[in-house]
Amino acid sequence: MKIDAILIHDKDNVAVALRDIHKDEEIVIGKEDGCFRMEVSEAIPFGHKFAVRYLGKDETVIKYGEVIGRTTVAIPLGAHAHIHNIESLRGRGDLKDN
Amino acid sequence: MEFKGYRRGNGKVGTRNYTGIISTVVCANEVAERISSQVLGTVPFLHQQGCCQTPLDINRVTNVLIGLGRNPNLASVLLVSLGCESVELGAVVKGISQTGKRVETVTIQEVGGSAKAVAEGVPLAQEMARDASRLERTVCAAGDLVLGLKCGSSDTTSGLFSNPALGIASDLLVKAGGTSILGETTEFIGAEHLLAARGKDKTVGEGIIELVRRMEDRAKAVGCDMRGGQPTGGNIKGGLTTIEEKSLGAIAKSGHSPIEAVYDYGVTPEQKGLVIMDSPGREPEILTGLAAAGCNLISFATGRGAPQGFPFVPVIKITGNRVTWDKLRDHMDINVSSIMEGTETLPSAGKRIFQEMMEVASGKLTKAEICGYTKSMDIYVVGPVI
Repeated sequence: MKIDAILIHDKDNVAVALRDIHKDEEIVIGKEDGCFRMEVSEAIPFGHKFAVRYLGKDETVIKYGEVIGRTTVAIPLGAHAHIHNIESLRGRGDLKDN
Repeated sequence: MEFKGYRRGNGKVGTRNYTGIISTVVCANEVAERISSQVLGTVPFLHQQGCCQTPLDINRVTNVLIGLGRNPNLASVLLVSLGCESVELGAVVKGISQTGKRVETVTIQEVGGSAKAVAEGVPLAQEMARDASRLERTVCAAGDLVLGLKCGSSDTTSGLFSNPALGIASDLLVKAGGTSILGETTEFIGAEHLLAARGKDKTVGEGIIELVRRMEDRAKAVGCDMRGGQPTGGNIKGGLTTIEEKSLGAIAKSGHSPIEAVYDYGVTPEQKGLVIMDSPGREPEILTGLAAAGCNLISFATGRGAPQGFPFVPVIKITGNRVTWDKLRDHMDINVSSIMEGTETLPSAGKRIFQEMMEVASGKLTKAEICGYTKSMDIYVVGPVI
């Protein structure tokens, strides 16, 4: 089956769009052991990420099965997940306690 | 697995055969460039360092210049000095001469200005280029290759396709007895635990963690969030959100081989296999560091389309982004977007990269060489200009 996005690791809570995806589009997401369908709630540009489940504020974001950052606000299911709602935990000279 | 290269007097093998016109200080660049522009078969190495720096950096610049001069892709070297710089010309001459190759010097303040320095340097360079042209390629083993790994102008396709495919090619070279060097310490941040676990022993693992700590502290000392600088604006447009995410994709280009050792910037590895070299991610500094460490070939995975090459080490460009392949055909050597499109497997793409490496090592020109995009060069320093 042709996939529109990929969930790289089973632990991941974000998937990657393999083409430009329209708002409210139902898409096929490939993962290691098959695929599943879901609807995205926003337009997702090629190469960008979206949440595959509801993510609360300050939740750890996982891709490649590893931590890639933390949410700064809640991210609804199917919403675009990028710099507007995810922060890095590393190289943060702006944080005193880091 | 064999290729045809230039076997040098010290046993090392070149994939190219140039006379290098190397400036020893930022203030001699104009003369080095003018000499090189007048002599076929020569390439200039220009940079912004070599004076008014801390002794730590002067020592580093000296060692990097020696490493560059020793690179087996250079048959001979003409050093161009101003005369009053902190870098000690004699030390550079001595370091390069140990390889047995011919080393000449021109000092601008001694000969009486730039016009006279060019007039003195051109005939020397002509003679050395003519001598070099008599050398012939002979059959060499893949194990004679020292591969530099690089990725740049990354996007999401880099971590998914071009970097993992390059990792397979790197593993094939390591299996064949070659050397592969992974740099870009900044792009270990957030993925260093995975690299450390691949260290051949505890010392190597700890060395990797220490390199990352040093690099991250440098970035944090500026007092701001490094996002925008790393990942870059272009990385962010390409879908990469944090340095952790970029790093997890970047380290894929080192494949799965064990990591044998950790080196400082520009230092030549003593062993074969996969090693790590400290360096930032920016092209001029890492390409120079890899060349100084003795790389005779560099493979460079890119998402959005990085055109950079180096004066005397061929740089192969690999992209997994179909749009980049279609738009930047005169800069990209290999397209692996076939993996995403489902028409090729990752191992097959990796083998294709390895074959291209062997062909380029034997003399096939890279796109960067063909279009003359070969001036990405400068030396990474850690202290201030003073």
